[in-house]
Amino acid sequence: MPGFDFSNYNRNAALHARGVPLPKATSTGTTIVGCIFDGGVVIAADTRATSGPIVADKNCEKLHYISSNIWCAGAGTAADTEFTTALISSQLELHSLSTGRKPRVVTCMTLLKQHLFKYQGHIGAYLVVAGVDPTGTHLFTVHAHGSTDKLPYVTMGSGSLAAMSVFETQWTPKLTEADAVELCSQAIQAGIFNDLGSGSNVDVAVITKEKTVLKRGYVKPNERGQKLKSYIFPKGTTAVLNEKIIRKEDLGNYVSVHELSTTEDDAGDKMEVDA
Amino acid sequence: MSSPFSINGGAAVAMVGKDCVAIACDLRLGLQSLTVSNNFPKIFQYGDVFLGLTGLATDVSTVSDLFRYKVNMYRLREERDIAPSTFAHLVSSSLYEKRFGPYFVSPVVAGLDAKTGKPFICGFDSIGCIDFAKDFIVSGTATEQLFGMCESLWEPDMTPDQLFETISQALLNAVDRDALSGWGAHVYIIEKDKVTKRLLKGRQD
Repeated sequence: MPGFDFSNYNRNAALHARGVPLPKATSTGTTIVGCIFDGGVVIAADTRATSGPIVADKNCEKLHYISSNIWCAGAGTAADTEFTTALISSQLELHSLSTGRKPRVVTCMTLLKQHLFKYQGHIGAYLVVAGVDPTGTHLFTVHAHGSTDKLPYVTMGSGSLAAMSVFETQWTPKLTEADAVELCSQAIQAGIFNDLGSGSNVDVAVITKEKTVLKRGYVKPNERGQKLKSYIFPKGTTAVLNEKIIRKEDLGNYVSVHELSTTEDDAGDKMEVDA
Repeated sequence: MSSPFSINGGAAVAMVGKDCVAIACDLRLGLQSLTVSNNFPKIFQYGDVFLGLTGLATDVSTVSDLFRYKVNMYRLREERDIAPSTFAHLVSSSLYEKRFGPYFVSPVVAGLDAKTGKPFICGFDSIGCIDFAKDFIVSGTATEQLFGMCESLWEPDMTPDQLFETISQALLNAVDRDALSGWGAHVYIIEKDKVTKRLLKGRQD
């Protein structure tokens, strides 16, 4: 069944009307950026996922695959960025198969904005869409309400101000690939260190006409040091009231499988099979 | 009224060891501060995959039964058991389908990949965002306590025995600092050719 299922909606709305707070979804907090250079485009993201003030995931992936030549960085409600990009990726693949053409970044951006506008901002996906297609190199931002921007360098998420400050002071036209990667990495690190919603590592994706390179953990400025001592408890520390061991080999005691012979004179009727 | 996630209380945790995984839960079922039952397990087994469910108890029951149905249908269609990572994506899509009217549950999945024997654990928020972790996953009303315990006690490549002691101590000590969780615990240690289920002695207050 396509689309959403609203069967619990009325129950939850009734609960909410009586003062029950809404569930807190995993948010990507996030700093995400993108920057065009001569010959391609680079996008980058931090790797922290938060649930309120709790760090839910220290090394999550915010760079999403759309097609081999289009990638997307996501901020906002984590589940929404994940599923929205997967949905549009699927639609774009089918579209490219039926037209026999490589998917275009504007097509991807249009599908995303139309989907998000339809849901009036309730799908909390804030995206940076980047890619190279036969019409050239493109970089867009898409907001949850459906508005889009087309700029040479972009930032989004809670760390967008920190990241933009780096772009606004360091960006120059006609960057080389190495310079663009470094600039994006610096912008993400500004987010990681100055925005509480962002943290851990820098992921980078470089898209050129020839190929896409995903650099997972491009910079890891927050590695946890090795523990100097161990907290491992000796066997028998925990009091156990009952123990039950189920071994795979013993499963035969509960289920038995008999191979039946397939000769004609076997007892029982043969099963009817359609010709 | 309080959050649906903290009406009934409860905690669950999963951990990775060397060629083994562990999943554990407490046994309390409450109504705010009144404890109704001290035998309400929150771990469900579907073939070789284990699912921990905390949150609103009515949804825990509904969702556990829903996945029993879905896993049985999968087994009939595919004529094979569901793999842990496949099950994780089934959980994810099933929860996201209800994006605008979610079940109030925080699931945890644990299991060994039947083909490769590789440990797999992951957690979800109530709308299906997957948290793939290499170390441990926590959920329930004792989340904050469990994060603290796991972050300090967990270390890589633990043996099944070490993993049992670590996950048990992490859970037991976490729920002792949460009024809504506790009253005993179940711990599953999952290895390649055997599963050990233990009932732990916990405080009854």
